[in-house]
Amino acid sequence: MQIAHFVKTITPNRSAPEPAAPNHSSEPSSKSSPLRRCAASPAGRAFAALLLVLIVGMIFNADGAFFKIGTHRDALRQASVYGILACGLTLVIISGGIDLAVGSMLALVAVACAKMAIQFGWSAWLVVPICLILGASCGGVAGFVTARLQVQPFIATLAMMVFARGLAKYASGGMKVSTAVRNPDGTYRYVNVPPLFHFVDNRILGDNVSVVTIIFLLCILVAWLFTAKHRWGRYLYAIGGNEEASRLSGVPVVGAKMFAYVLSGAFAAVAGICQAAQEQQGDPEAGAGYELIGIAMVVIGGTSLMGGRGGIGLTLLGVLTIGYLDKILSINAVPEAGRLMMTGVIIVIAVLTQRRSR
Amino acid sequence: MSGITKRFGSASVLNNVRFDVCSAEVHVLAGENGAGKSTLVKILAGVHTDFEGQIKINGREVRPRTTLEASALGIAVIHQELSLIGPMSVADNIFLDRMPTRAGFVQDKLQAEQAVACIRQLGLDIDVREPVERFPIAVQQLIEIAKALSQNAKVIIMDEPTSALNAPEAERLFALIRSLKERGCGIVYISHKMEEIERIADRITVLRDGEWIGTTPASELPVTRLIEWMVGRKIEELATRNAPPLGAERLRLENFSVFPEGRNPVVQNVSLSVRAGEILGLGGLQGSGASELFVGLFGGYGHATRGATYLDGKQFRFTAPREAIEAGVAFLTNDRKATGLVLSLSITANVALAALPSLSPGGWLRPTREHAAAVNATAPMRLRAASLDMEVNALSGGNQQKVALAKWLQIEPKVLLLDEPTRGIDIAAKREIYQMINEWTARGAAVLLITSEMPELLALSDRILVMHRGRPTAEFSRANATPEAVLGAAMGSSAVPPSGNHASACKLPIL
Repeated sequence: MQIAHFVKTITPNRSAPEPAAPNHSSEPSSKSSPLRRCAASPAGRAFAALLLVLIVGMIFNADGAFFKIGTHRDALRQASVYGILACGLTLVIISGGIDLAVGSMLALVAVACAKMAIQFGWSAWLVVPICLILGASCGGVAGFVTARLQVQPFIATLAMMVFARGLAKYASGGMKVSTAVRNPDGTYRYVNVPPLFHFVDNRILGDNVSVVTIIFLLCILVAWLFTAKHRWGRYLYAIGGNEEASRLSGVPVVGAKMFAYVLSGAFAAVAGICQAAQEQQGDPEAGAGYELIGIAMVVIGGTSLMGGRGGIGLTLLGVLTIGYLDKILSINAVPEAGRLMMTGVIIVIAVLTQRRSR
Repeated sequence: MSGITKRFGSASVLNNVRFDVCSAEVHVLAGENGAGKSTLVKILAGVHTDFEGQIKINGREVRPRTTLEASALGIAVIHQELSLIGPMSVADNIFLDRMPTRAGFVQDKLQAEQAVACIRQLGLDIDVREPVERFPIAVQQLIEIAKALSQNAKVIIMDEPTSALNAPEAERLFALIRSLKERGCGIVYISHKMEEIERIADRITVLRDGEWIGTTPASELPVTRLIEWMVGRKIEELATRNAPPLGAERLRLENFSVFPEGRNPVVQNVSLSVRAGEILGLGGLQGSGASELFVGLFGGYGHATRGATYLDGKQFRFTAPREAIEAGVAFLTNDRKATGLVLSLSITANVALAALPSLSPGGWLRPTREHAAAVNATAPMRLRAASLDMEVNALSGGNQQKVALAKWLQIEPKVLLLDEPTRGIDIAAKREIYQMINEWTARGAAVLLITSEMPELLALSDRILVMHRGRPTAEFSRANATPEAVLGAAMGSSAVPPSGNHASACKLPIL
């Protein structure tokens, strides 16, 4: 709520003045075409942005590279880890909060996962639940601090971001946890890449879809079930829309907010496992800045940073937009410097377009 | 000021009002809540700029378009909520918009010297480098007055300045007002407190429902006539009450107190009892504590309450709204936008919000059930909306209020706390809401009603409990409640109500 207030002060004029009682004859949308109505909705705009990016890709197709299935597979694979983080961020942002800790929690889980799966050689059936619990607990602590102790979510999750990064470095001894395991006598031995990592880093359906992309889509599904179909999702929208009114309507505000941060932590854990599997190591420096890309994806989709409005479908569109944008720039050999600058410009444009819809 | 008319949309809040202030006088602006006092002040202060009529200062016509322009014209407003910036120093606050600079750099020393000179005039001796927020409210108010004086204010408008002050502090303020008067300032003083008006007023202007009722020297307007002027309007016959036979006692409070900010009770030792089917009206002006009583009773302040609450004979203590809702208590807040509705959600989602656990068994939402509930709840209210899926944001005030009421209908309440159920809505919507309140009491609900509209209070309430500064001051039955008596009790006046019988008054001692 505090972050929402902060945003409100820097972007005024977003709430429309109270309009007159609508009736059928004067409602503007009844006059406009369905197409225009679609373009005025957040989903329509997010879809238009994605379409625009894809058209750009078709024009600058890098000698047909854009039309190869492998390009799309890679674009989706590269966007997946960010996308999984964006699922959790969507829940938090709908509730009017923000979660800056997801990148660090990703690194912590990646380190823990690599340690357990590679060095201890534990089974995936043990490693995955422990990782999920680890991520969910970190999210829960941040959620407790912001929801119960009423610290601003920006500060509470900033603290968790720093703390989790430190914990990741402590657990890994500051070094990457890889298949090269140090023996007590100082020499190194190499262990096999665990089957969990092979499974996650694989491709299926005739080599056409990465497993991480499937995991990302499953995360979208889970987040959608909660936001669109479950009581607690409704609570998140209500809290993001008006926390005080929600509280006075009996909404368990503290519980629902903590729920959002716990899920955000759990999604960060899923992303951490994917990251570790793809890199075949646990890097304590992984995921730095990912939280900001995740937030950008959510916002480009059209979910309001003030809370209360948005949805996971929009986030899917946002993830695809940024993912494809990055891929198109990279197949056209735009150097990273240019890619970053372009992404910054696109974020501003996308958010400005979203604003006009209200 | 003459011929001032101000409209919000189609409703005119001020209609052809005139008002003048001479130098060296205290001119009290009186009227009930909603009479248009604040709007008039805001026009003077340059907050509202789209009005009809003219304002003249020393014969020259002016039209302040911003608060800055107003202060340049010598008009200063001391608001109820002070407009100082807490963390900044006293000196910085006084010279906020015109600090002494050299080449753009603030000259702190010079500013501090000027600030000291400024506050010394008021007999205040404080360190001007301290942040304003370290000082008590009374001192902050003086700092604000110092700021006004430093701007060479000729007219100082004080909007209920004593509402946050204790008696000795108020005394000092009155002394200051006298000295400001001697200095030639014109003071516009808005207050709800009779004894203050009696003490300091030179002239009094009364507004009622946006109309100018009269301006007269204070000596010619005794308290009893002042109250008559303020309330003397015909009771509109739109609020009708069909009182059902009363049932058993629903809700009883014993020595209920509320401490929202820790130490100071906003509600003190209120005892009341409501029976099934009964409407108990809570009368009182701003700061009476009635709204806080509702929030405290409903669990909105958590544990910050004392006293005993009985619902259907069983003792309860709600420390969270959830508990109150589960026990069958509904609370319609007085500000539907800030605390009543989630404007970004659909009508259906808002209607379902309080009863969501029962509408979504097992946790999964049941859209058809919610929709049916919303249709059932809104159909009898003649809600005007294109679709139940549209955002509440897009509805008019009256329709929003109906949605807020429909939400509470879902929990089938035993006790309804209604805080200003008809604020800011049109007559048709009001009538429909009155009808619903009647229906609910017929079904056995007990209603506690706060309304600042006197006719509404008198027409709907079976009994009226009047509060003043957090304490109950009088209780009236329907038969002996007169506007004059109720308003008198609400203002904490000991004046005997002019009309009506003397037995009407107070069961409880007056402050």
